[in-house]
Amino acid sequence: MQIYLPIAEMSVDVFLLLMLGGGVGFLSGLFGVGGGFLMTPLLIFIGIPPAVAVATEANQIVASSVSGVLAHWRRGNVDFRMGGILTIGGFVGSSLGVLLFSFLRDIGQIDLVIRLSYVFFLGIIGVLMLVESLRAMRRRWVPAGTGRQKLHKHTWVHGLPLKMRFHRSKLYISALLPLAIGFLVGILAAIMGVGGGFIMVPAMIYLLGMPTVVVVGTSLFQIIFVTANVTFLQAYANQTVDIVLALLLLTGAVIGAQLGAKAGAKLHGEQLRGLLALMVLGVCGKLLFDLLAMPAEIYSIGIGHG
Amino acid sequence: MIGASTRAVLLFLLVVAGAGAARAAQAPLVADLSEHLVAITTGFAGADVLLFGATDAEGDVVVVVRGPSRPTRLHRKGRVLGIWTNTASMNFARAPSFYAVAASRSLEELVGKPELDRHEIGLEHLKLDVPRGIASENVIERWRSAFIRTHEVAQLYQSDVGRVVFLGNRLFRAEFHLPANVPTGSYQVQVFLIRDQRVQSAQTTPLIVSKIGVQAEVFDFAHQRSALYGAIAIVVALFAGWLGNAVFRKA
Repeated sequence: MQIYLPIAEMSVDVFLLLMLGGGVGFLSGLFGVGGGFLMTPLLIFIGIPPAVAVATEANQIVASSVSGVLAHWRRGNVDFRMGGILTIGGFVGSSLGVLLFSFLRDIGQIDLVIRLSYVFFLGIIGVLMLVESLRAMRRRWVPAGTGRQKLHKHTWVHGLPLKMRFHRSKLYISALLPLAIGFLVGILAAIMGVGGGFIMVPAMIYLLGMPTVVVVGTSLFQIIFVTANVTFLQAYANQTVDIVLALLLLTGAVIGAQLGAKAGAKLHGEQLRGLLALMVLGVCGKLLFDLLAMPAEIYSIGIGHG
Repeated sequence: MIGASTRAVLLFLLVVAGAGAARAAQAPLVADLSEHLVAITTGFAGADVLLFGATDAEGDVVVVVRGPSRPTRLHRKGRVLGIWTNTASMNFARAPSFYAVAASRSLEELVGKPELDRHEIGLEHLKLDVPRGIASENVIERWRSAFIRTHEVAQLYQSDVGRVVFLGNRLFRAEFHLPANVPTGSYQVQVFLIRDQRVQSAQTTPLIVSKIGVQAEVFDFAHQRSALYGAIAIVVALFAGWLGNAVFRKA
């Protein structure tokens, strides 16, 4: 059954969209990842204009993050103070990102920038995940001795001004660092159509030194505001948010995430993680191939402004 | 659809036959569309438009469908550090967003090049508003043919000349397919009557392609009240997220 998407201005099979939403939702439920970094390239692969894919995905992530954060909130795993600081940085970053997005679209380079960012980040994350899961699999055969680890390492970061106390995270650090992280991830969120959890989570653990238990909840909390900001600005400045597309993806994603979470409880984590890593690398490889291979047609009709 | 169009044609033929030769003698060419409005609705996957008409005596008929003209930019990719990326672009100030031709015989047999050029019949004779004086003639020609080629691939320009079918000597019909990605706006359907290698008579009929129903409202809303649209998109997402979580907790 075909449905005409009002903003993307094309007709797409409803079941294809539901299955895409369901499939990516399943993976996000299984691994606790946002899924935006898989969904946006997949939307581009099925022919949705990249500008619409990115803006609409931001809208969908608002919904999935709300869904996720409620569960973490109930367990008290959200550091609102840290989330607030990250959000301030994220607001500024994502607003700048949308401006940058409009500018790149006008000069006809937005496709390239979106694709390059994906190749870069998917490549890094895919490799890291693959290495991690291989190591975990090996550890099951060869149990390694675990040395005692220090709770904190003292670095130059701790010398920065504007120190703040974050009770929930048991941290006393400069607000400048989370502001900067929020800012940078905000730019990426706007340009790539992602929540940015896949960068935010490692940054919180390794750069800020937050306890793992509050990381996901706090990341989701700030993602809601950043993606809501991106949704609003994209809708306002570029009219690229397709609410029909977002709703269809969302429906699939909600159902998929439930199934994924249930399946995750029963299956082997490391092997699945390895599989996800291969998928991420596959998407990355396809994007890279498209950039490097001689295109069948070197001319293309411009989108947006004539 | 087909049933309705056939009935429309039959009705038209009856009217033409009934009204007599007197009226047809005054107008050498009469033509009309089965419908003047193509509605893009939720299930839109392209549409067929039927044109039918009559001539006052024997002759050939050519039909040209042109979408609304608009400025269009074309990009060209080049290789930079091994990566294919847009390196050049050309603005076409005015170009039809859709173009298709149908004829009762091959165009070359019908009329000479000057007539085809003058009436812009056939893709090779289409005037594209290319900025002059900024590039040499053969560079312009390369952009021009790329412009047509990319539009052909997008099914917006149809390179195959469709058929105008005569039923008897004077009555004719032609059918056009508008693809799912057809641009909206006001189209022109031009009908040319050709005799002795010359365009004898011409008639232009409008055709409106428009979004109708929910999508039209969503599109207009998104463009006219963008801020409110953005806010609603957020509220809808917040609600959907909460709903998903509520259902999940119960399950």
